[in-house]
Amino acid sequence: MAMVELRQVRKVYDSGFEALKGVDLAIEKGEILALLGPNGAGKTTLISTVCGLVTPSSGSLTVGGHDVVTAYRAARSLIGLVPQEISLEPFEKVGNAVRLSRGLFGKPRNDALIEEILRRLSLWDKRDTPIRALSGGMKRRVLIAKALSHEPEVLFLDEPTAGVDVELRRDMWEIVADLKARGVTIILTTHYIEEAEAIADRIGVINHGEILLVEEKAGLMKRLGRKELRIELAEPVSAVPEALSGHSLRLEEEGRVLVYDYDTSAERTGLAHLMAELSAAGLSVRDVDTRKSTLEDIFVDLVKQQEGAA
Amino acid sequence: MSGMNWRGIWAIYKFEMMRFFRTLLQSFVSPVISTSLYFVVFGTAIGGRIDQVEGVSYGAFIVPGLIMLSVITQAISNASFGIYFPKFIGTIYELLSAPLNFLEIVIGYVGAAATKALFIGVVILLTASFFVEIQILHPLAMVAFLLLTCLSFALLGFILGLWAGNFEQLQLVPLLVVTPLVFLGGSFYSISMLPSAWQTVALFNPVVYLISGFRWAFFGIADVPVGLSLLAIAAFTLLCLGVIWWIFRTGWRLRS
Repeated sequence: MAMVELRQVRKVYDSGFEALKGVDLAIEKGEILALLGPNGAGKTTLISTVCGLVTPSSGSLTVGGHDVVTAYRAARSLIGLVPQEISLEPFEKVGNAVRLSRGLFGKPRNDALIEEILRRLSLWDKRDTPIRALSGGMKRRVLIAKALSHEPEVLFLDEPTAGVDVELRRDMWEIVADLKARGVTIILTTHYIEEAEAIADRIGVINHGEILLVEEKAGLMKRLGRKELRIELAEPVSAVPEALSGHSLRLEEEGRVLVYDYDTSAERTGLAHLMAELSAAGLSVRDVDTRKSTLEDIFVDLVKQQEGAA
Repeated sequence: MSGMNWRGIWAIYKFEMMRFFRTLLQSFVSPVISTSLYFVVFGTAIGGRIDQVEGVSYGAFIVPGLIMLSVITQAISNASFGIYFPKFIGTIYELLSAPLNFLEIVIGYVGAAATKALFIGVVILLTASFFVEIQILHPLAMVAFLLLTCLSFALLGFILGLWAGNFEQLQLVPLLVVTPLVFLGGSFYSISMLPSAWQTVALFNPVVYLISGFRWAFFGIADVPVGLSLLAIAAFTLLCLGVIWWIFRTGWRLRS
C-alpha cells in the first residue's frame, strides 16, 4: 500500500481556475519524491489538498490508508508540513512555538525530543528568543522544527530552500537523509533542480495542474541525459574537416571548439573512433571537456514539449 | 485515535493564555483604572443627584452593568483577535492541518477568551467593592450569568474574527453594534426610567435581558423576568455555536 495516494484529484477554485486536473500519484513509504514545476504549476495546491488546507473538488486522497477528508484525524496526525510562506507568531518564543505544534497534534509533552530537534536545527540557543527577533533563515528553521515536533511519518516540504543560505540548505539535506533512514516519507516541491537531483529518489514533473511524469531519478537522468564532448583545437578551423564528416560534429567559438553530442547509454559512443580520426586529420587538440545534461535541461525540455503540444 | 484531542485543546488554550499573561499589567491595570473612572464620573457626579434606584444606592446599582460592559467587550475583543491574528499572519495553516475538529478549536480559543473576560470581570467586582458596598443575593445565579456571558460573547467574538477580512472589519461590529447595545442596555440605569415608548424598544435589545438578570442576582430587582433572561442568553449561546459549526463544516473563510 502506498503511503500517500492521490486518485483523479481535481481542484477548481471559486474563481474557476483549475489548479489540479485529475492528478494520480502514489508515494511509497520511506521514499523521497521531488515535485518539480514552474510557479503556478499546482505544486502548493497539491500539497494543500493532502494536508487539509484546500478541499479537493473531486477524487480521493489517502495518507497511510486513511482518507484525508473522512478520516482526517488519522490522516493528518501522520503529516508534518513545512509551508512555503514564513508564517509564525512574532511575539512567541521559539521553544513555545515548537511545543505548541506538538500539542496541537495531540502528542504528549516530550522536552528531550524538542531539545534534540532544536539542537539539530541550531535553534537551541534561540529557544527563549521571540520569533520576530530571528533572521529569515532562522525563521525557516523554526518552521521545520514545528513540523518535526510531532514526529510525522510523512513530511511535506513546500519550497523549503527558497531564499535560504547554503548552510541551512546543507543542514536540511542532512535532516532529510536522516528522516529517510528512519522510514519517513518525504515529498518536497522545488524549482531548484539541483535540490531534486541531490536528494530525491523519484522525480515528478508537474505543470498546468497535470503530472507530466514520475520516474526514478537515476533512470530519468539516464534516459534523457545526454553528454557533450568539447574538443578545443590548437588552431581554429573554418569548417569541420571532410575526413570527420561521418560524425555529427558542430563548430563553436569561431572554429576553436568542436562539439560532439552522444548518448551515454548507447552501445557504441564512437569516442575512440573520433579521437583517432581527429589526429589522422592532422588536428592537434589542446584540451577536452565533457558536459552532462542536468535535470534542469531535462525539465526545461519537458515543459517546452507540453507547451508545444498544447 | 479516538475521542477528543484534549492535548490539542490544552495546547491552544495555554498558548492563548500566554498571550494574555505577556501583557498582564495592561490586562489588569486598564480595567482597574477605567472602573475607577466610571465610579468617579457616574457614581460621584451623577450619583450625587440620583440618590437611589429601586431601593439600591446608585453607586452599587451600576456595578452589575459595569461588569457586564467590560466582560462583553473583553470577551468579544479577545476571542475575535485570537482567531483573526493567526488568519492575518498565516499561522492558521497549522491549526487547519492539525488533527483537530471544530469543537476542539472552539473550546481552546473561546475557552481562553472567556477565561480572560472572567478574570477581568472579577477584577472589576473587586475594584468596585472598594468604592461601594455590594451585596450579592443570589451568588450562584451571579456566577452562572457571568460565565454564560463570558462564553456567549466569546463565541460571538470568535465568529467576528473568522468573518473579518481586515482589522477595520474586526473593529466594526464591536464599535457600531455591541457598544451601543451595551450602553443602551441599561448598564447605568433601569429600563423603567425610560419613557414608555422607549421601554418597548429596549426590549428588543438582547443585552437588556443579560444586565437585568445579572442585576437581579445582586439585588433581587429586574427589568424583565429572570427566567426570560436565562433563556435569552442560552438561546444566544446556541445560536453562536450553530453558526460556528456551519463555518467549519463549509470551510467558509477558512479553506479554499
